[in-house]
Amino acid sequence: MPNMSLQKNKMPEQAPDVRNKNFDEVALGYTEEQAIDEAKRCLNCKNKPCVTGCPVQIDIPAFIAEVAEGRFEEAYKIIAKSSSLPAVCGRVCPQETQCESKCVRGIKGEPVAIGRLERYVADRHNALADKVIEKPVSNGHKAAIIGSGPSSLACAGDLAKMGYDVTIFEALHVAGGVLSYGIPEFRLPKSIVQQEIEGLKALGVKIETNTVVGKTVSIDELIDEEGFETVFIGTGAGLPRFMNIKGENLNGVYSANEFLTRINLMKAYKPDSATPINAGEKAVVVGGGNVAMDAARCAKRLGADVTIVYRRTEKELPARAEELEHAKEEGIKFAFLTNPVEITSTENGWAKSIICEKMKLTEPDERGRAKTVPIEGEFTEIEADCVIMSIGTSPNPLIRTTTKGLDTQKWGGIIADEDGLTSREGVYAGGDAVTGAATVILAMGAGKKAAAAMDEYMKNNA
Amino acid sequence: MFEILEKKNLNPFVTMMKINAPRVAKKAEPGQFIILRTDSEGERIPLTIADYDREKGTVSIIFQIVGATTEKLNHMNVGDFLSDFTGPLGKATETAGLKKVAVVGGGVGCAIAYPVAKKLHEMGVEVHAVVGFRNKELLILEDEFRAASSKLVIMSDDGSVGEKGLVTDALRNLIESGEKYDRVITIGPVIMMKFVCQLTKEYNIPTVASMNPVMIDGTGMCGGCRLTVGGETKFACVDGPEFDGHLIDFDEAIARSAGYKSFERKAHEDTCNLFKGVE
Repeated sequence: MPNMSLQKNKMPEQAPDVRNKNFDEVALGYTEEQAIDEAKRCLNCKNKPCVTGCPVQIDIPAFIAEVAEGRFEEAYKIIAKSSSLPAVCGRVCPQETQCESKCVRGIKGEPVAIGRLERYVADRHNALADKVIEKPVSNGHKAAIIGSGPSSLACAGDLAKMGYDVTIFEALHVAGGVLSYGIPEFRLPKSIVQQEIEGLKALGVKIETNTVVGKTVSIDELIDEEGFETVFIGTGAGLPRFMNIKGENLNGVYSANEFLTRINLMKAYKPDSATPINAGEKAVVVGGGNVAMDAARCAKRLGADVTIVYRRTEKELPARAEELEHAKEEGIKFAFLTNPVEITSTENGWAKSIICEKMKLTEPDERGRAKTVPIEGEFTEIEADCVIMSIGTSPNPLIRTTTKGLDTQKWGGIIADEDGLTSREGVYAGGDAVTGAATVILAMGAGKKAAAAMDEYMKNNA
Repeated sequence: MFEILEKKNLNPFVTMMKINAPRVAKKAEPGQFIILRTDSEGERIPLTIADYDREKGTVSIIFQIVGATTEKLNHMNVGDFLSDFTGPLGKATETAGLKKVAVVGGGVGCAIAYPVAKKLHEMGVEVHAVVGFRNKELLILEDEFRAASSKLVIMSDDGSVGEKGLVTDALRNLIESGEKYDRVITIGPVIMMKFVCQLTKEYNIPTVASMNPVMIDGTGMCGGCRLTVGGETKFACVDGPEFDGHLIDFDEAIARSAGYKSFERKAHEDTCNLFKGVE
């Protein structure tokens, strides 16, 4: 008999006033009983609407049926056929707009907690001591992968499983891309990212850190001199945007990228870290996406009183509902319909406050989206010795300016077709480098598609 | 891992190291920089490339001991390995079309000015080098600069070596005596570069200043190295490190460079205390 409870089983979490003072993971994961009980909420629909909501088409009802029977390794095998990073995606995927949004149980009540079940299955698998990863037989063909974020890891994993000799080139000293430098420890423990990367290495994937493609070596050199037959560009969208307002270059003003990189990659939150960070006493985060929530929650954990400034209302906030809830519970304040116009300075060149104009929503346009316009003459000043700009990122120009014949969009994104093929033969791209900033799972999906196309290409050119 | 192949103290506070880094050596050009970490817990620090040997696959760096990381680095020896060494980053010095150039270096900045002077000299450009130090004890690369220039003027704050005075005094004398430069390239403390640029503005001589702000990744990702040039925000790591000296907002750059001073001072003291225990 299915479990007909209208609510998802709640996932245990650290209490808000405890977790907002540490960087340990917020959500603690299901117990075995909770997982099996939740799995029994799945009706195992014949037409599997949830699968259509998954960018990598995991056979969701099939894996959940295994969980319901307590066969967790079987469940893992089903997920692993489609996803290379289940422990990551179970944590950071926006399930509420993907698989779970299609769940029949969601029509009356809450959908099945697909994400939480994925996480449980992946964590349980990763905890197994005697995992055997068989290294595939090499087919002798070489593929280069630029960047080591989600799209690259997915692409590398699939190619390695097919027997390709895969080398990942990473600019930083640690692999993982945004999973390592961007998403905080309390949402995605770095040990999990590391585990996924170790899994790839066990498949034979080589990782060259400290290699900035476009500077240290070019794509043309990788092809012409180092014998790579195909290249996948998964360099993401890592270039921070600023507002170009007065005072933005004062001390204490960060891009969200810099703030999060100092904390996540360089471990500046640890007292003995060699890298400094200054979250101030009163921090203001500008923006309303997931990155803004991450930055705000980090600043809070470093002891600051944090306000998020967003020019629209809570309804338009692009962050995931869960992130917003977590941020609120942890004591982050919000100033909606508020748009920064200037950051004021102390005598010593540090941020002192942020002056914002008050905004109002206009009537929605034909697409139903309301614009915001300033209310003339209405300003508000918020005290801030730390300001974090989290208003988006764009693709890094390094690759496009150093690769001959690689066509890009006006805004910098690499132009690629359905399979990820760029304007250069044998050169593929996917993830944020193509789409602009999006999600981990979409990037993974693009990496997998490209891997299939690269396989075809190398087979036909052998 | 990147092995230290050679180490030489140029003065009590400045050290030269030759690092085995074939990929970086293959691409390095004067004016570019690298980012290193001494160990797996270390911070990332940018240092300008002082020299390179493409055949041997080596890159030389010259650094002044100013903080915890440079202190740690200075305690490493030949045969030790740096955990990370990334580059070459930034744009190379533009040298095309130059005929006569004054290279103005200050302190450890001379380590960066030297490869630029050397390259220009090798290209057949007439190079005048003006280098300034606090005193004789801190003088570095004298022979190298002499070999890479047709005129070398050494200045010191106390007159213990060369002439007493500032690099700007020497540069003004050269210009006033009729030397016609088609470019001045200046590298050193930000405050020195500010005054060099003020001077050359008077004489309308195109001037390039090499900036070395705080940064993390060095690839355009963090924006920590931003500065204002001609009213626009630029990233030193990808748009620079060299910029039109007449357009740089030096006062802002000076304020930004002081952002982590107190943290650095404390970290340096802690590191020094650590080394006291082992030596």
